[in-house]
Amino acid sequence: MGSGSSFSNSITLNSSLNPQQQAIYQNPEIIQKIIYHSRTIAMVGLSTERQKASYFVATYLRSAGYRIIPVNPRAETILGEKCYPNLASIPDPIDLVDIFRPAKDCLPIVQEAIASKAKAVWLQLKIVNDEAAELARQAGLLTVMDLCVKMEHGRYSGGLHEAGMNTGILSAKRVHRFI
Amino acid sequence: MKTERDFGFETKMVHAGHIPDTQHGARAVPIYQTSSYVFYDADHAAELFDLKQYGHIYSRISNPTVAVFEERMAALEGATGAVATSSGMAAQLAVFMTLFEPGDELVASSHLYGGSITQITHTLKKLGVAITYVDPTDIEAWQRAITPKTRALYAELIGNPRGSILDIETVAALAAHHHIPLIIDNTIATPYLCRPMDFGATITVYSATKFIGGHGNSLGGLVLESGKFDYSGFPAIADPSPKYHNLRFYDTFGHYGFLMKVRVETLRDTGCSLSPMNAFLLLQGVETLSLRLDRHVDNALKIARFLEAHPKVAWVAYAGLPSHPQHELAKKYLPKGAGAVLSFGLKEKPGEDVRQTGKQFIEQLKLFSHLANIGDVRSLVIHPGSTTHQQLTDEELRDCGVGPELIRLSIGIENLEDLLWDLDQAFQTL
Ligand SMILES: Cc1ncc(COP(=O)(O)O)c(C=O)c1O
Repeated sequence: MGSGSSFSNSITLNSSLNPQQQAIYQNPEIIQKIIYHSRTIAMVGLSTERQKASYFVATYLRSAGYRIIPVNPRAETILGEKCYPNLASIPDPIDLVDIFRPAKDCLPIVQEAIASKAKAVWLQLKIVNDEAAELARQAGLLTVMDLCVKMEHGRYSGGLHEAGMNTGILSAKRVHRFI
Repeated sequence: MKTERDFGFETKMVHAGHIPDTQHGARAVPIYQTSSYVFYDADHAAELFDLKQYGHIYSRISNPTVAVFEERMAALEGATGAVATSSGMAAQLAVFMTLFEPGDELVASSHLYGGSITQITHTLKKLGVAITYVDPTDIEAWQRAITPKTRALYAELIGNPRGSILDIETVAALAAHHHIPLIIDNTIATPYLCRPMDFGATITVYSATKFIGGHGNSLGGLVLESGKFDYSGFPAIADPSPKYHNLRFYDTFGHYGFLMKVRVETLRDTGCSLSPMNAFLLLQGVETLSLRLDRHVDNALKIARFLEAHPKVAWVAYAGLPSHPQHELAKKYLPKGAGAVLSFGLKEKPGEDVRQTGKQFIEQLKLFSHLANIGDVRSLVIHPGSTTHQQLTDEELRDCGVGPELIRLSIGIENLEDLLWDLDQAFQTL
């Protein structure tokens, strides 16, 4: 479907969050800001296994042009990228911290994300930790919870549509072409 | 300006799933008549085949025109997504082949389209799946039929041949209690008259050949899924798949897992995909769905009332009439109208062969087309006793729920007075 100035339905489908939480942590404007303005994504809990969800997301995001920095204390490299044991040891500025860890482990990761001056934090699909998310938001980070970065990127870039999924996006506007 | 809005059904009918493209800005949905798609490079190809990127590879799996049809229908249904198929039968089979392993069991309503009964009884049996049929209006029968091996419940919202209405909410609650999906064939109602997922159904299937396409020109089908079912205890979707490098579809794709498996395994392996040309033709139908259906059900109700009052008619089965046993359920689930398919029985005079009378009635009709289909803009008629079921004895016919006196109508969008005139003049010749 392509990106651009589209109207979209609120993404109330497929989330365990209540409507108030969704309005805060699944806000389409915040999601698009993160997707369009991030360049470097630290992926906490990225697996070395080729068939794990996190590996799919990382492969996808790398092909979409993002720089991926794996955070995994038990691996040397993933997808050819050097792994770091934690966020604090990453020398470069981080735009987005994408978390693939159980909900109970998220609070210290968010604290590290704030300390490392990341601009945004994203708790992946089915990872819900209100305290961690609220801490990130209070610290001024763009915050998303209980959604998948790959699915959301696919929603706005057209990939999800190609797979026959309901993106909730509806628009009569032609997407501008760069000439 | 607020950038979020939940658009209405009619807006989605003509817009959902299609944003004018960057290159040409075509307003109508383009027909992508291509079998395959060029890769950027070898890495791109590898990632597509590995499902690590979205994108088209080969039209047996996905196609841009078909994708518009899929997303549009998912939007109208409030589903998480859709997979289009070559026919309604293919949609049902794709669901069964994706969900079931040999040894599994299906509990199905006995009030189904005849072709579905045959598919379930014979073809599904070949896959090693055991079937139990139940009277769909008897909730205790559903309850009794469920065993630990039952993997799904299956029913039509508006059943065949007497238009029985399924109490979706109650049967869905039963399915949820047993952690199995409720599959609804919603062909006759379409998402305009009822959205079964709003009442707890997990999967809906459609013959798009009927009211969705609406013009009797193309075959097609759809599988839609709510995205709300927890497949973690459902081995066919959750376990590592030997057909896809041990991929765990539910773990990796979450609420898209079931539909991804239908597409990249079942569609890939059976080839029951929808052609782009048919997707385009069916989309033309979708764009006027609400307008046509309003007219279809309005005509149908008035014709049902006319028949009920006619001296040559013994009975009328249409859930929009207060005389129908599930009229209250129809008011709940189908407030806009109970569809446009109805059946009635010719009154049998003593000593008369009512099968012959039925044949004569059909032959006298001038506007109703005599054929085996439903859901056309034109009105259709069939007399099972002298056509599809002609080999059966009267007793056998009654056992299938279609007595020799039964005539089925699919009401079109013609001028109502003309349709009433046609029926009346045919009755007068009897
Ligand atoms: C209720 C119902 N389900 C399924 C089908 C099968 O659809 P198709 O003919 O598109 O395969 C039909 C009609 O044929 C039908 O009436």
